[in-house]
Amino acid sequence: MFYDLYNYWMVIVLMMIGLYIVISRNNLIKKLIGLNIFQTSVFIFYISVGKVDGGTAPIFSSTETLYSNPLPHVLILTAIVVGIATMALALALVVRIKRAYGTVEDAELQELDNRC
Amino acid sequence: MLNHLPILQVIVPLLAAPACLLLNKPRLSWLFACFAAVISLLISGALLYQVQQSGVISYMLGGWDAPWGIEYRIDLLSAYVLLIVSAIGTVVLLAANTSIRQEIDEDKQSVFYVLYLLCMAGLLGIVATGDIFNVFVFLEISSLATYALVAFGRDRRALLAAYQYLILGTIGATFLLLGIGLLYSLTGTLNMQDLAERLPVASESATVYTAFAFMIVGVCLKLALFPLHLWLPNTYTYAPSIVTAFLAATATKVAIYLLIRLYFSVFGADFSALPIQPIFIGLGLVSVFVASTVAIKQPNIKRLFAYSSVAQIGYMIIGIGIGSSLGLQATLLHLFNHALMKGALFLALAAVVYRIGSAERSGFNGLAKQMPWTMAAIVVAGLSLIGVPLTVGFVSKWYLVLASFQSGLWPVALLIVIGSLLSIYYVWALVESAYFGKAAMPSNVSSSSAANLSPIKEAPLSLLIPIWILVLANVYFGIDTRLPLEASATAANFLMGGGS
Repeated sequence: MFYDLYNYWMVIVLMMIGLYIVISRNNLIKKLIGLNIFQTSVFIFYISVGKVDGGTAPIFSSTETLYSNPLPHVLILTAIVVGIATMALALALVVRIKRAYGTVEDAELQELDNRC
Repeated sequence: MLNHLPILQVIVPLLAAPACLLLNKPRLSWLFACFAAVISLLISGALLYQVQQSGVISYMLGGWDAPWGIEYRIDLLSAYVLLIVSAIGTVVLLAANTSIRQEIDEDKQSVFYVLYLLCMAGLLGIVATGDIFNVFVFLEISSLATYALVAFGRDRRALLAAYQYLILGTIGATFLLLGIGLLYSLTGTLNMQDLAERLPVASESATVYTAFAFMIVGVCLKLALFPLHLWLPNTYTYAPSIVTAFLAATATKVAIYLLIRLYFSVFGADFSALPIQPIFIGLGLVSVFVASTVAIKQPNIKRLFAYSSVAQIGYMIIGIGIGSSLGLQATLLHLFNHALMKGALFLALAAVVYRIGSAERSGFNGLAKQMPWTMAAIVVAGLSLIGVPLTVGFVSKWYLVLASFQSGLWPVALLIVIGSLLSIYYVWALVESAYFGKAAMPSNVSSSSAANLSPIKEAPLSLLIPIWILVLANVYFGIDTRLPLEASATAANFLMGGGS
């Protein structure tokens, strides 16, 4: 049971780790790392869904008849691109936050905002 | 050409965006963006007309038949929301030039229009498409553009607001993605129409429940339903005024559309495995009360109306939660009406910010003498927000109360009315200080010294005209209710009448 569904267990584990980091960490960069792990867990989920047991890569050949489903893999390529764009934007925001405030620690940022 | 309208609706703003970047002259980019927005407004008008004449339009992208290819599917509901988004998007864009010139550095102004058009393309795409993975992609296009737009705000807190929104928005979108993956693994299709047909067979499985839960929570994060609304007040407060007007009037509306689409069209109205309707009604009511109460005390008027938006979203969710055709109609009406009133209100606030440099409550004292037309617009839109007869706000609240009575939920009806009383309070407090308050001391007005030295003038016509277009629409559709009533009634019946 555990071994058959190893990928899916890992999806859940990674997802929870990611979410926990996003919620619990104070540092804006660490939060982003958590967010990235969280997104990656969903990528793994899609990739696992598309895998057919014993199937080969979906490339046309006369000898193979059993293929993995390429569609989820294609979908997740799109999602990975979206993830990269999100991460780039988020990091750019953090750079500007650092310039404007001089810190990337959430607690200190709150304090700076409350003071003015 | 006419056959290709569904895809042109999305493609026009999407392609106009990079073109704006190439122009790279703020004024030229603005004119071009307006041109593209007007075209997409015309297209959405034509689409609504076509749908009303001949029923659902199905467009196969690249000629690949659904469910293999991507299908763009325009039914009455999508046509109606497309019209709202493109109309508000265009009117707000008309006002953008004046306000943006003051709020954003010259060299970044063209980029602003690029992002604005991208955001609009994403929102229109969510509504037009019939493919559920496409929804995710467009959702991210519009969201990423939104995060960047919010970060344009002059206050450095805009950066934090954008960051916070990015984190929550990405979690919401990833939940949606996971839900889509679960549905795909179960049915092997991504076409919403096809999904709706295949799901009932599999609807008893835990996978469907999980997918449903993930998708609903993901979308509710995007539409800022009560416990998930934390990103909204900061985002609306610190974003440039034009962005606030655009987001408040369109982005949350599209998220509500998505919720309706998923709940009624994909899962089907009789998908009752989870007690979602009482949850919606409960959270909707809490939204109304908590957000309205918090709004009363806000010193910043932009933030006040941001909380009021959360409350209004509560009303829409109650309409969905009631679960009858009339309740859904009330939600659709409020979708349209709220876009009109919040568009007008936030644009009027943009005019105030343009003149006095901030939207703090103290700046509003005696402002009615200096900016009579702007304040009159705020009053009319505020009355509409409360739900006074002869404005659009009345029509949708009336239907909402009617729907809760019809379903025997009279306590809900009563609470809706009490909730509206709270909005009287915060709107009145603003009107009182503007009309009867003493003019503000220069010291606490604003940071821009020019505004302090010379007396505050009425907003320029380039802002007033778009504001009053929206205000007059508030009144017009409050008196002549045929267009929204007919469209929403037919759309609601269509959604309730056995799936898609």
